[in-house]
Amino acid sequence: MLLKNETGQTASKQWEPKIIAFFCNWCTYTAADLAGVSRIKHAPNIRVIRVMCSGRVDPQFILDSFAKGADGVLIGGCHPGDCHYQEGNYKCLRRFQMLKRVVDSLGIEKDRLRLEWISASEGDKVRIVVNDMVAKIKVLGPLGLPLKFKNWADEMHVIVSEVAGKEEVYA
Amino acid sequence: MPDKPKLAFYWCAACGGCEESVVDLAEDILFVVDNVDIIFWPVGLDFKRKDVEKYADGEIVVSLINGAIRSSEQQEMVKLLRRKSKVVIAYGACAQYGGIPGLANEFEKEEILKWVYEDSPSTHNEENVRPQLNYKVNGSEVYLPELWNVVRPLDKVIDVDYYIPGCPPSSKLLKEAVLVLLSGKLPPKGTVLAPDVALCDECSRKDTKPTDLAFKEFLRPNLSIIDPEKCILSQGFICMGPATRSGCGALCVEGNMPCTGCYGATSRVKDQGAKILSSIASNIEGKSEKEIDSTLNGIPDPVGTFYRYSLAGSILRKKVSI
Repeated sequence: MLLKNETGQTASKQWEPKIIAFFCNWCTYTAADLAGVSRIKHAPNIRVIRVMCSGRVDPQFILDSFAKGADGVLIGGCHPGDCHYQEGNYKCLRRFQMLKRVVDSLGIEKDRLRLEWISASEGDKVRIVVNDMVAKIKVLGPLGLPLKFKNWADEMHVIVSEVAGKEEVYA
Repeated sequence: MPDKPKLAFYWCAACGGCEESVVDLAEDILFVVDNVDIIFWPVGLDFKRKDVEKYADGEIVVSLINGAIRSSEQQEMVKLLRRKSKVVIAYGACAQYGGIPGLANEFEKEEILKWVYEDSPSTHNEENVRPQLNYKVNGSEVYLPELWNVVRPLDKVIDVDYYIPGCPPSSKLLKEAVLVLLSGKLPPKGTVLAPDVALCDECSRKDTKPTDLAFKEFLRPNLSIIDPEKCILSQGFICMGPATRSGCGALCVEGNMPCTGCYGATSRVKDQGAKILSSIASNIEGKSEKEIDSTLNGIPDPVGTFYRYSLAGSILRKKVSI
């Protein structure tokens, strides 16, 4: 069902980017909270997932987000030197730098993956970053991996019946 | 003879190393043939597809299928074997994760065909002839299998009961698997028939692995000498041990080469490449983008390094833009 909705949405004109945002509890999530309390308006395209630290963001979460239909992934952490756990944001940065190269080699545009340091007091930076990312992804268009996976699978049925001729078709 | 359980081997997109690992059983193969009837093994015995077709559905007790699936012929054969077998085992890294052939998922099909039939330096093909899917000759038509756009692990094409990992699996694992199947005490479906701990656990250099690693640069085994005593990862070479299932006896490390990850991930990990990337990158010493990037330049091909055997079975499966 979910897949159907996703694919239908991707095809329609009213497509809006879907961005998964991993925000750290101590800085960026608090900043997003501040943005809300201060009635700062920003694009509604992010789904925030609160993690205790940006260092908790496993690259698998990011790849999974893309595979399940996200058009972009935003990670927010404390500024360098400000991590509540001393080193977590550095670990995040290192993984991010490496993952960017992998994701780029696998054909996902670099603007779809973003890391920002946003401290608890920078509510307005949340607005700037989110609006900017949404604008950039709108230019790129949908990533639509669930639909792609489905299309890839189609070849298994088509080809066998076409090519196998008299052979029994199992698919 | 008719009472012995029937066993089939088949190969798909593979190099033949998995077949070799069966021969590597050495004298134990006598034990295997004493207890089972090998009814299909294209590499070793002269049986044809029609020989498989004559069995009733489910009559073959186990089919061990190695290799990734990337053509219509392979799909047909594994579907046939699935129907005829009680248990299907994905044998080896290619069947489990796509293996080395899975790296073809980084390229477009046309790109691959053009290189193979036209551009590679050893190719002499002036008329740029390509294989045709069907061809009429003397009034009859002959067919060739179609190459697919995507290389797939076995379980993306048919239902798979068990997995035996490795490139190739060690003959010890194969023997243990045969023993388990003969005992009749089948493990739960989906079990990987190998230990569920990381390779470091059985590595002879485990004690020399420091608690904290801090990479300043990454070295490559073809350009630097590896100290035969110390943990290979701690020396700055990419060793996939921490994110790879054990069961091989750390063979590569015993040969003084880093682990390349052929046994795949443990059961807690979904994407082996992302996991080792995470582990290795987080242990880089640098704290600024510039420092980190200069260290990372020591890994010129991250996809080929971290996803060497698992790209086709990974979360993204394929270069998504093609």
